[in-house]
Amino acid sequence: MVSANTNTPMEGSGFAVETEALTKIYGDLTAVDHLDCRVPYGQIFGLLGPNGAGKSTTIKMLTTLLDPTSGTAKVAGFDIVAAPAHVRRSIGYVPQMLSADGALTGEENLMLSAKLYAIPRVERQARIAEALAFMGLTEFGRRLVKTYSGGMIRRLELAQAMLHRPMVLFLDEPTIGLDPVARHTVWDRLRELRKNFGMTILITTHDMDEADELCDELALMHRGQIAALGKPAELKASFGAEATLDDVFAHFSGGSIQEGGSYRDIRQTRSTASRLG
Amino acid sequence: MTSARLAAPPADWVEETVVVEVWRETLAIANVELRKLFRDPTELFTRAIQPVLWLVIFGQVFSRVRGIPTGNVSYLAFMTPGILAQSVLFAAIFYGIAVIWERDLGIVHKLLVSPAKRISLVLGKAVSAGFRGVMQAIIIYLIAIALHIAIRWQPLNILAVLAGVALGSAIFATFSLIIACIVKSRERFMGIGQVITMPLFFASNAIYPIAIMPAWLKVVALVNPLTYLVDALRGQMIVGGESVHGFASDFGIMIVIFIVLSAIAARLYPTLLR
Repeated sequence: MVSANTNTPMEGSGFAVETEALTKIYGDLTAVDHLDCRVPYGQIFGLLGPNGAGKSTTIKMLTTLLDPTSGTAKVAGFDIVAAPAHVRRSIGYVPQMLSADGALTGEENLMLSAKLYAIPRVERQARIAEALAFMGLTEFGRRLVKTYSGGMIRRLELAQAMLHRPMVLFLDEPTIGLDPVARHTVWDRLRELRKNFGMTILITTHDMDEADELCDELALMHRGQIAALGKPAELKASFGAEATLDDVFAHFSGGSIQEGGSYRDIRQTRSTASRLG
Repeated sequence: MTSARLAAPPADWVEETVVVEVWRETLAIANVELRKLFRDPTELFTRAIQPVLWLVIFGQVFSRVRGIPTGNVSYLAFMTPGILAQSVLFAAIFYGIAVIWERDLGIVHKLLVSPAKRISLVLGKAVSAGFRGVMQAIIIYLIAIALHIAIRWQPLNILAVLAGVALGSAIFATFSLIIACIVKSRERFMGIGQVITMPLFFASNAIYPIAIMPAWLKVVALVNPLTYLVDALRGQMIVGGESVHGFASDFGIMIVIFIVLSAIAARLYPTLLR
């Protein structure tokens, strides 16, 4: 078994993700404000914060969907602005919405990913079968995705994201809208991905349990900046024995994590929830 | 376990030329689009209703007017290629809606994070639109047979018609994609789609020759891609039909239009998320 720490990168910096004064400004709103953040290889790292804290904007920049207004970032050693094509080859991404195509089967969704990620033709079937087995979806591979449950769709998306063995996997609110059993299954699969393939996993969440149970390290985001950084246990310990992450967050943001959120966030969450039916 | 090596692209990334890469990605996108189409082909059949109405009702009535100069062919035969082009336009111009829908589902996010070139994502949609256009052409041929319109059955003529229809469909689908990237919402898209289809149709040679148009409308018709599609089809599809510009010029102009639109669409595609 390969431990996470031995999966050292070949290129450039020693971090899977490294941002320097990363900034995104929309009109007069500064969504991400001079963010400095480093994620070591092999870590499960959580960006925690209420809606509107800048988590999703940060992920969009790191996955090359958005250009930063200023500042820089490297992902898997590649600059997101200077070498976006290299970044895209090195990462996997699971968006917040349940984005597998419902009109296709699980296998067809995977085949599309396999082709777009240039997995050689002779390897495609084996990789797809392996990914389906890894996510416990083998018997559902030939079914249309619109017949899947929310948890199955999320696992299929993880299967899609692991096909090309990315160095860094980005997940935006990976278990939003899922029931507790499905959430734990997703967490288990993420831990396995890290363990078996040495993937670095960066998630955004506003779910305290997820942050606490899944993440090795947390960055609490508030108004586009990191308000606190550390291991979940350390963060809690600094506020006393009985403290929860919500207490930690309330201290740094001056409010509960459950507050806030724009109409757009709510609409996306609701559309995700309604797809789960 | 060899897992550390597996988690290390792009060191083991297979380098290929741009052409091979775009070809692979385009086919991958077109493949899933066509799978979805064949899984639920009702769309193809409902699309056949409108051209039937145009040819059977409008065409039959206007055939009696005899006020429109159509050369050696009957008015019904004259308008058949026009109605084929129109049905291609009306279907393809709404493809952008699907892209907005895919954006809302997160599918576009995933495609844009993948290493696929933007132009491949655009071309994949265009190829699938082209294929749908070919299916529409087959339906219009069947209607034309039923109406006893004299069709040119030589294989080269049919091939030219299908190629023209596929390219025309790709043009309007790509144009639709550009509109989607600009308006970004389904509601606005529906409004704009409705507003532009009729002017494109009437400011073309689909149901009357350009020669009888007022001067200002002739200018509009000359910059209207639909005009070149209709002209190309008219020379190839019906016995006695005449193309004003010739098939090669029409097809060449359409290729240039398609290249320009594809380049614009590839540039705009990522802005769909902003």
